[in-house]
Amino acid sequence: MSTVQYETVIGLEVHVELHTKTKIFCGCSTEFGAPPNTHTCPVCLGHPGVLPVLNRQAVEYAIKAATALNCQIADISHFDRKNYFYPDSPKAYQISQAARPIGEHGWIDIEVGGRTKRIGITRLHLEEDAGKLTHTGAFGSLVDFNRVGTPLVEIVSEPEISSPEEARAYLEKMRAIMQYCEVSDVKMEEGSLRCDANISIRPQGQQELGTRAELKNMNSFRGVQRGLEYEEIRQAEILDEGGKVVQETRRWDEAKGLTVSMRGKEEAHDYRYFPDPDLVAVEIGEDWKAAILSSIPELPDARRARYSADYGLPAYDAQVITSSKPLADLFEESLKFTDDAKSVSNWIMGDLLGHLNTSGLELNAVPLTGQGLGELVGLIGKGTVSNKIAKTVFKEMLQSGKLPQQIVEEQGLVQISDEGAIKAIVLEVVAANPQSVEDFKAGKDKAIGFLVGQVMKQSKGKANPGLVNKLLMELLKN
Amino acid sequence: MTLFDLGLREIHNRLHAGELSVTELVKDSLQKVEERDGKVKAFLTVDEEGALASAARLDGKLAAGEERGLLFGLPAGIKDNIVTEGLRTTCASQFLRNFDPVYDATVVRKLRAADSVTIGKLNMDEFAMGGSNENSSFYPVRNPWNTDRVPGGSSGGSAAAVAAGEVYFTLGSDTGGSIRQPASYCGVVGLKPTYGLVSRFGLVAFASSLDQIGPVTRTVEDSAYVLQAIAGHDDRDSTSANVDVPDYISALTGDIKGLRIAVPKEYMGEGVDPKVKESVMAAIRQLESLGATWEEVSLPHTEYALAAYYLLSSSEASSNLARFDGVRYGVRAENPENLLDLYLKSRSEGFGDEVKRRIMLGTYALSSGYYDAYYLKAQKVRTLIKQDFDQVFEKFDVIVGPTAPTTAFAIGSQTDDPLTMYLNDILTIPVSLAGVPAISIPCGFEDDMPVGLQIIGKPFDEQTVLRVSHAFEQHTDHHKRRPQI
Repeated sequence: MSTVQYETVIGLEVHVELHTKTKIFCGCSTEFGAPPNTHTCPVCLGHPGVLPVLNRQAVEYAIKAATALNCQIADISHFDRKNYFYPDSPKAYQISQAARPIGEHGWIDIEVGGRTKRIGITRLHLEEDAGKLTHTGAFGSLVDFNRVGTPLVEIVSEPEISSPEEARAYLEKMRAIMQYCEVSDVKMEEGSLRCDANISIRPQGQQELGTRAELKNMNSFRGVQRGLEYEEIRQAEILDEGGKVVQETRRWDEAKGLTVSMRGKEEAHDYRYFPDPDLVAVEIGEDWKAAILSSIPELPDARRARYSADYGLPAYDAQVITSSKPLADLFEESLKFTDDAKSVSNWIMGDLLGHLNTSGLELNAVPLTGQGLGELVGLIGKGTVSNKIAKTVFKEMLQSGKLPQQIVEEQGLVQISDEGAIKAIVLEVVAANPQSVEDFKAGKDKAIGFLVGQVMKQSKGKANPGLVNKLLMELLKN
Repeated sequence: MTLFDLGLREIHNRLHAGELSVTELVKDSLQKVEERDGKVKAFLTVDEEGALASAARLDGKLAAGEERGLLFGLPAGIKDNIVTEGLRTTCASQFLRNFDPVYDATVVRKLRAADSVTIGKLNMDEFAMGGSNENSSFYPVRNPWNTDRVPGGSSGGSAAAVAAGEVYFTLGSDTGGSIRQPASYCGVVGLKPTYGLVSRFGLVAFASSLDQIGPVTRTVEDSAYVLQAIAGHDDRDSTSANVDVPDYISALTGDIKGLRIAVPKEYMGEGVDPKVKESVMAAIRQLESLGATWEEVSLPHTEYALAAYYLLSSSEASSNLARFDGVRYGVRAENPENLLDLYLKSRSEGFGDEVKRRIMLGTYALSSGYYDAYYLKAQKVRTLIKQDFDQVFEKFDVIVGPTAPTTAFAIGSQTDDPLTMYLNDILTIPVSLAGVPAISIPCGFEDDMPVGLQIIGKPFDEQTVLRVSHAFEQHTDHHKRRPQI
């Protein structure tokens, strides 16, 4: 092992697809998952003679995103052409922004290891997405232009991220902010959130930056962290052996768990940016900026602080719940039906997240409602259902979306708290298990557990456990 | 003699009086194309079937008895860089020799709304790059006044087809003089509107910040009618101006008393053929006799216009023509070894020399390390040139000079010398860089070849340009002369 301690310098380029109804420069739908090349027209296919017309909604979303990232919003923004040949780019240039992006000089705060760190945002610019290539081998490469022209914002961070863990936290915070602003679906698996990274290492204390590698193809939060961890070690090993890191673009191979070289610096493109003469500059007046600023909802940091202060949630719970807008919205919706925030939080942190993790589902794919969760917590509080039964009810809610009251009634799960009814079962059980009764009387306390279990079993779990205990003790001690 | 010699008002009257049918008019046009275009070569595609079908449809409308517009039934030709749905559009390039567009350009839709009839698509310099039509990858157009001479370019087919009486009017496109210079060489009226007046949607882009579609006609009045039909804001062109379109016809008053004319000394200097100067001076005196005054002025940055133009237009072209990659439409090279080879072969085989020259020039000018010295500097020059015009227009209504330094030159005489070729556009290019409107009208003949007078106006003041041109035309007969073919 080397004695040199390195520090890691990471900058992230995040692409977020804006969920406008139509594409950025034509009227085609942006809906995900349509049959290939059905959401296309001469404009997005780059036919000869076509011209782009800017989608105002895309600009509005970009300004909103930039505002939420604390950027300064440009007074005048314009589009440039980024020229390169590739079959996923029908015009052989991408309409993007170089000189005058929508926003610059922003920041977000991330929390890692209980510490808050501010990461600078260099710029946020608006551009169009490319098509999607599928390399089939036998049938050559196929291209789907449905995605071409989907509006994207590219968000470039300052090189102020110091670890793969921080990179992941940055990306998760970025997702949350975009979600709260409702400008994007931010789904990494559908590609509406994508991330490239520049990573370099340098001996601790050295001012000058090391040679960086650009890392691509990290398609999950975990992939980002793993890819960067791999790259940290790879670069350190090179330096330890007295070698030099080569400036290049590398691809993360998720299956093999390593990065491989895609192209070197000398193969880097000269994109020949110049102002797109087909589009006019976008003027962003103070009124427009103010209107967008006022439309920005409460963001994750603010919600997190509020949950801790108002509901006394532990810091960790508050962070987890607010890291996803649907989760936080579910939490708040639940509280319209119960005051017991802590219990709601426990159900979310435990059973709900557990279910999402094992099933791999997104929250929006689960029919659970805030009303359902809130009412369930209420039913437990009133003693209508036991905690144990509640778990059964909750499972059913996750499947059917039915309200707990309905499930309890349909399945006859209401807790039996009628002393007479329970006493009848208790008497039956005591009569049927004389040995256990003997054992108890002989001082074997464990026997009571068996008897309670038998009562619960006979009542199909519905007997109020407290009452069962009380009645059993009364009977046996007499 | 063709039916077109009747003029559009007489044609209009006869159509409505039932003395003439659209079908007769269209058949006459098709017959003239048949007789003359073997020599002139103005057409790349003739859509006989489509034209006759349109004619029959329009005759049906006529039978309904309603009063129609002045362009109703008129046979028209469209430059082949303006897309027409289902009708082959090649830009005179081998690259697009098999290309049938899936939509109509806005101007084509507007002409259809005005009920004119598209006879076919017109020859041009490949992708509108050139000033002689010798860069057509199919065959060069010949000047109807002398088939050994060039018709000018790049809208050579548009000008020659009108001069030869093959169609009533045509549409061309002008980037640095591509309507005005061929109009001058062919003795017809060619108007380049203000940048942004006519939608570019469906015009295959050469240089997006300069390209503008305009009419080529026999008379100024015809020009006004066609402009009226095609001008106006288009939601599909972000650079199309949101201005009210005035009534161009009513501007043709014949009255130019008190008009203030500027004559730039740079347009009457060295390099301009003395006989061309003479014709232009005679025209200026003619305008003076009609009540205008004139003064010599200076457009001091004229000498830098050519360099700035070739840098900017080529830069934009290098990007605009990148989409021709052999992947989705047009011609694809056979048996490429890999993707790069597909691009290289398709583009090497598909583009002609002049197009390649400009793509290389533009790619160089935009390259990292050269951008500031070339593209950016040229943009600054463009601003200065625009200011030259703004300053003159503070005191003058129009600027007048020759359209081109010479009359049409012999085919093949300049093909080995691109720089000399570029100089033919030296008097039209500054106007394009400034984005202002200008027209070329016949103002005389030198050795039986037409000379063009260029009248340049303030931005969106096509009315004045047309008024002056029309007044001149009313008092001269140059536009009435016809070539013998």
